Amino acid sequence: MAASTSPPVDFSAALVMAPTAPAEWLVILPVAWCLAIGALLVMLRRPIGLHPTIAVAGLVGLVVIDGLLLHQIVRHGPMTMMMGRWLPPFGIAFTADLMGALFALVAAIVALAAGIFSIADINDSGRRYGFYPLLMVLMAGVSGAFLTGDIFNLYVWFEVLLISSFGLLVLGSEREQIDASVKYGFLNLVATTLFLIATGYLYAVFGTLNMADIARKAEELRSIAPLMTLAGLYMLAFAMKAAAFPVNFWLPASYHTPRVVVSALFAGLLTKVGIYALIRVMVMLFPVEREELSFVLAIAGALTMFVGVFGALAQTDFRRLLGFLIISGIGSVFAGVAVGGPGGIGGAIFYSLHSMLVMTGLYFASGIAMRLGGSASIVTLSGLYRRNVGFAALTLMLCFAVSGLPPFSGFWPKVMLVKAALDIGAWWLAAALLIAGFLTTIATGRLFLLAYWRDGTTPAVNVAALPATTMAPLAALTLVALLIGLYPEPLLSAVQSAAAGLADPSAYEKSVFPGGRP
Amino acid sequence: MKSVIFRTVAPFLSSLMMLFSIFVLLRGHNEPGGGFIGGLIAVSALAIYGIANGVETVRRAILFHPMAIAGAGLLAATVAGLISLAAGVPFMTGLWIYPSALGVEIPLSTVMLFDTGVYLVVVGAISSVALSLEERGGE
Amino acid sequence: MEAWFALLVGIFFTVAVYLMLSKFIIRMLLGVAVLGNAVNLLIFTGGRLMREVPPVIVGDTEALVGPAANPLPQALILTAIVISFSFFAFLLVLSWRAYEDLETDNTDEMRVAEPKDEPAPPLGY
Repeated sequence: MAASTSPPVDFSAALVMAPTAPAEWLVILPVAWCLAIGALLVMLRRPIGLHPTIAVAGLVGLVVIDGLLLHQIVRHGPMTMMMGRWLPPFGIAFTADLMGALFALVAAIVALAAGIFSIADINDSGRRYGFYPLLMVLMAGVSGAFLTGDIFNLYVWFEVLLISSFGLLVLGSEREQIDASVKYGFLNLVATTLFLIATGYLYAVFGTLNMADIARKAEELRSIAPLMTLAGLYMLAFAMKAAAFPVNFWLPASYHTPRVVVSALFAGLLTKVGIYALIRVMVMLFPVEREELSFVLAIAGALTMFVGVFGALAQTDFRRLLGFLIISGIGSVFAGVAVGGPGGIGGAIFYSLHSMLVMTGLYFASGIAMRLGGSASIVTLSGLYRRNVGFAALTLMLCFAVSGLPPFSGFWPKVMLVKAALDIGAWWLAAALLIAGFLTTIATGRLFLLAYWRDGTTPAVNVAALPATTMAPLAALTLVALLIGLYPEPLLSAVQSAAAGLADPSAYEKSVFPGGRP
Repeated sequence: MKSVIFRTVAPFLSSLMMLFSIFVLLRGHNEPGGGFIGGLIAVSALAIYGIANGVETVRRAILFHPMAIAGAGLLAATVAGLISLAAGVPFMTGLWIYPSALGVEIPLSTVMLFDTGVYLVVVGAISSVALSLEERGGE
Repeated sequence: MEAWFALLVGIFFTVAVYLMLSKFIIRMLLGVAVLGNAVNLLIFTGGRLMREVPPVIVGDTEALVGPAANPLPQALILTAIVISFSFFAFLLVLSWRAYEDLETDNTDEMRVAEPKDEPAPPLGY
């Protein structure tokens, strides 16, 4: 085995010879960091009290890493690291571009908020069951999905986050949770299997799995290979992961059963990973097919918006209502993907980032409301405004944000999406966006009216002061939503250049293949 | 399990299988074998020992909780990838050192550390499942 | 050869879809198991079939001589097998728990997490 016995070999035919700059490690570090912290937490079984501290510290580290990564990418463009030094397209590439880094950073912020919220929400038995290791592994899966540059690897990260989400969903093992997990488990399994089927076909057609390689080979293969089939399969698989109509039924069946913090995490992360994959595949890999499928996407988007918002209007359970609001938001993102162009795609990315922050915040609010009012049903829940004015104000702000009212984060992506739809003459889509926004205002208004403003008829269940760790994440997320609403310029320009980077992936390709076409 | 023959043979069989699993793990770098299959053999050894002498004995024999072993394996595998940071090469690049001990050259590598991590993950995760199943079956 | 495999993959998918459309969890589980195998066979066929030539570089040569089997689909399938196996194991245990707790394996009767018949909230106050 010693190197001295073999003749000199030209390694540059197989290996990346250029030295790795320390900054390039930022591409892989979010995943490796989360895995290492998760492994450490699994090992520490006795000192269960240390788990929250280590996990929150780890998530702070993750936010810092993702922030540095975003900073680096804004300054120098997309970055690539080839696993094990193998040359692309043979090795697995991790490629971070602006869209991936934005999603990764917001996901880390959401996870940090959830980590802090969980200190009071997850009791000792939940900790012993492994909430914090599962949280870290979930974040490894999410970060991996946002940063990988290889489509099979994307599938693997999907599975990593799906397996850990199963663990989180059944945490507590109540009857409702078991029931919900069965539906969630089977339907998500079908979705990821569809993704795998599409990837199998893609490999058969392209002979490569590297996304940069696929993007540039698609042009010449378009005339001889059934790329539309691939794009259609991917669209269906990711629509299912993102819970778009008509494949959305797993979400309202399951998101209201786990612990509040788990619901909040899922609301912020899981469907958005599906959205990310949809945008990445449809816009960057199959742009021509997206153009042809745009009518399907637009119809699905409009129907998703209305199914979501009408569902929200019909629900009486606080968390089920929020579940339908997530679906409604997914519809807006689909509309953006259907419209295309920098406005449509940029708006879709912006809307997803906004939805991650705001929906997580609203789920936190539902948890605090259940704690204060002792019920999750808005039939009985009442008088929250009197009980805690500050909390009611925060919830109201989030309700405005999710409805797309200024000056909160939901306003600007809505503006972008409506403008982009009008620019291409899709007036009906713009109308659908506006009507759905109006109906969302009614749905959240109904929630606020009944649960918060209505005078309390039930006696106060728990008037003791709320721990700071439950209020702080809610306040922080609301503050971020408010700041984005008041000063959207940096994010607006970032999502626009992210959309431009997807429409013309030459910078992405150049970072994977620095020497040009081999 | 009441059979005297089985109870007598089980310790020898288990220890032999344990040794063989480590052999398979180390052999895996250039020939068929590796951490995954080695780990499975080790779990079978633990399962046999558990069937013969009870799950409690196995839990005492492996010292750590199975999930802790799996966690250690995951950590080892991650660290194996991160070592490349010091060498200025990308994540998961195989790095080798050739120290000599008693006149024999021993090739050590990050690949082997990774494979050991896989071995531990498999041992930990599957034995955790197997032991809890055996516990249930014994009731 | 690929055509026959494609046909076989089609049969696998048919069986899997048929089983998964059942309302009994145990049949759905069998469907999931068949589905995983169908996809693996699909990937294997997608990587083109080649008989009995392992992709091993022999002797002093530095590259493969002549055509050889494609090793990548095998790596992909190995990954997919491990994942689908762990999924199957999880769903099996979950179904068992569901059967114990909910006392049914009929998905039509699994309505614990669905909304109960609650009176409608007041339209105003």
